[in-house]
Amino acid sequence: MRKHNLSRPHAGLVVLIAFSCVVPFFLSTYYCGVATELLIFIILALSFRLILTTGGWNLAHYVVMGCGAYFSAIMVRDFGWPFWATLPVAGLVTALVGLVLSYPLARMREFAYLIGSYAMGEAIRLSWNRLEYPFGGPGGITDIPRPSPWSIPGLPTIDFRQAIPYYFLVLGVMLVSLFIMYRIDRSRLGDTFKSIYSQDVLAESVGISIVGYKRLAFVIGSFFAGICGVLLGHYHGAIDPAVFALGPLIILLAWLAVGGITTFTGPIIGTVFFVLLAEALRPLGAWRPLVYGCVLIGVLLFMPYGLEGLPAMVAPRVKRLRRRIRRE
Amino acid sequence: MGLALVWQTVINGWVTSFSYAVLAVGLALIFGVARLANFAWGEFLMVGAYTVWMVYTIGGYPFAVAVLVAMVVVGGMGAITELSIFRRLRGNIAATFMAATGLIYILQVFTGQMWGLGRTKPVLPPIPGSLEILGASVGWQRFVIIPAGIAMIGGLWFFLHRFKMGRALRATSQDAEAAALQGINPNRMALIAMGIASAFAGVAGALLSPIYSVTPYMGTRVILMVFIIVVFGGVGSIEGALLASIILGFLYAVITTLLDSTIATIISALIMAAVLAFRPQGLLGREKA
Repeated sequence: MRKHNLSRPHAGLVVLIAFSCVVPFFLSTYYCGVATELLIFIILALSFRLILTTGGWNLAHYVVMGCGAYFSAIMVRDFGWPFWATLPVAGLVTALVGLVLSYPLARMREFAYLIGSYAMGEAIRLSWNRLEYPFGGPGGITDIPRPSPWSIPGLPTIDFRQAIPYYFLVLGVMLVSLFIMYRIDRSRLGDTFKSIYSQDVLAESVGISIVGYKRLAFVIGSFFAGICGVLLGHYHGAIDPAVFALGPLIILLAWLAVGGITTFTGPIIGTVFFVLLAEALRPLGAWRPLVYGCVLIGVLLFMPYGLEGLPAMVAPRVKRLRRRIRRE
Repeated sequence: MGLALVWQTVINGWVTSFSYAVLAVGLALIFGVARLANFAWGEFLMVGAYTVWMVYTIGGYPFAVAVLVAMVVVGGMGAITELSIFRRLRGNIAATFMAATGLIYILQVFTGQMWGLGRTKPVLPPIPGSLEILGASVGWQRFVIIPAGIAMIGGLWFFLHRFKMGRALRATSQDAEAAALQGINPNRMALIAMGIASAFAGVAGALLSPIYSVTPYMGTRVILMVFIIVVFGGVGSIEGALLASIILGFLYAVITTLLDSTIATIISALIMAAVLAFRPQGLLGREKA
């Protein structure tokens, strides 16, 4: 089976986790918020990739995330549930939404899948827009509280209304989610998913139920999207249907297309790249999406494997250059 | 509902059907021939509407001239995007789709920043007043989409069935490889299909500009229904797109009359999902879609 080089990647991972634990203390409240969002987006991008490994660009993913956000907000508002209860339950509820959506979607392919998923997502989103109760109509739901503070005896109270504690809450959820998704990616199940993406006819001929596994991937991906929705909703404190519209969805697609999708790290690279780009381009104001569009098209045309494919693309050229220098 | 309302809804149904059909037929054509999922279709429509606003409202030229200019501008835009972007991504539907989403951003932001957000661009109807058909009243500008749509789709049908180049387009759509073996250049066919279809989108945008509010984001309003129609009718099938436009156009008009347009869109999406769950290739689509 697969052999891992245990020492090297793990050392890098430890450094990365240590870095993300230290970094919020050096950031302003604003940038700590940006970092918190980035962590949520990383979970979202990887849950999208999990579905993508079975071959579907699921354009309902952003709306599925919204289902988690709406569910949690409504439970907290109308039924007084604590955040800690809605977080896992919202994940399960969105997994259920994913299960329902996956029935028609698992049979669609290519173009039909793209549009089918987009249309069903829009159907859900428009119903939020239309129904004043319980979804709040176009205005959405406001005053979603942050999680209640933790008071551990002997320690200072952890107040999640502050930026840094919420960052660590999100970081914890992200690490657990990433660990689970990484294990799935590396497991036999993950291999099965990928076999559907690359060789669906062959996979079916050796007895893999394509529809079943596609549906399973969809449900797992939706679960994590729901978790992202809860984290995002309680972070911003307000949600409305426009938050989950086409615009942000395109950015999600751009994270994956620019980062690359063949490895687990590709979507992470893409998400970090775009969040940093967004901050760097802040002076451009409303022109920013135009730059995103150009970056996306440029990457699609000139770097078909995205940023993750960059080393493989550059390496032969560097080698050639080095050889030429040696010769001269 | 009363008989007058039924009749009014029927007229509205035809108007809705044809405004969708012009867009859906073009989209089906390019998907069939170029295997290109052009998600920026609504923005092509928007560019057509903006051209009319500039030529007709600002420039003061006759409306017919503005429509022709919109046709040329958007047709040219389709050809340029095909040559510069989509040709290089042929064969990877997800990549063409993604590039089109990038194009959405570029077109929306560029238009919004150049000519301003906020207020909609006024395009006065060139033929004021409305037409009375057996008691139902329909604005001339809304009515004109029906003859225009019939002329355009009829013209396209004639071109596809009676001309050598049209047959070549259909051959590429049916089996690109076999067509290429007969000496039909797939890149050339894709360029022609993209040019024709984009010109259609330009004309649709021009004709609809007095009815819809012209904003940089007007495309997103239309695009969902048009895509639902194309997929429902069978991806790449022009006849399917036409049939689906009529079915869903009427349904949309009826539900809009009885309830409202948001519910009409939701129901259309659900119907499409239900049909595709049992017939993944759509109404008139071929086996593999």
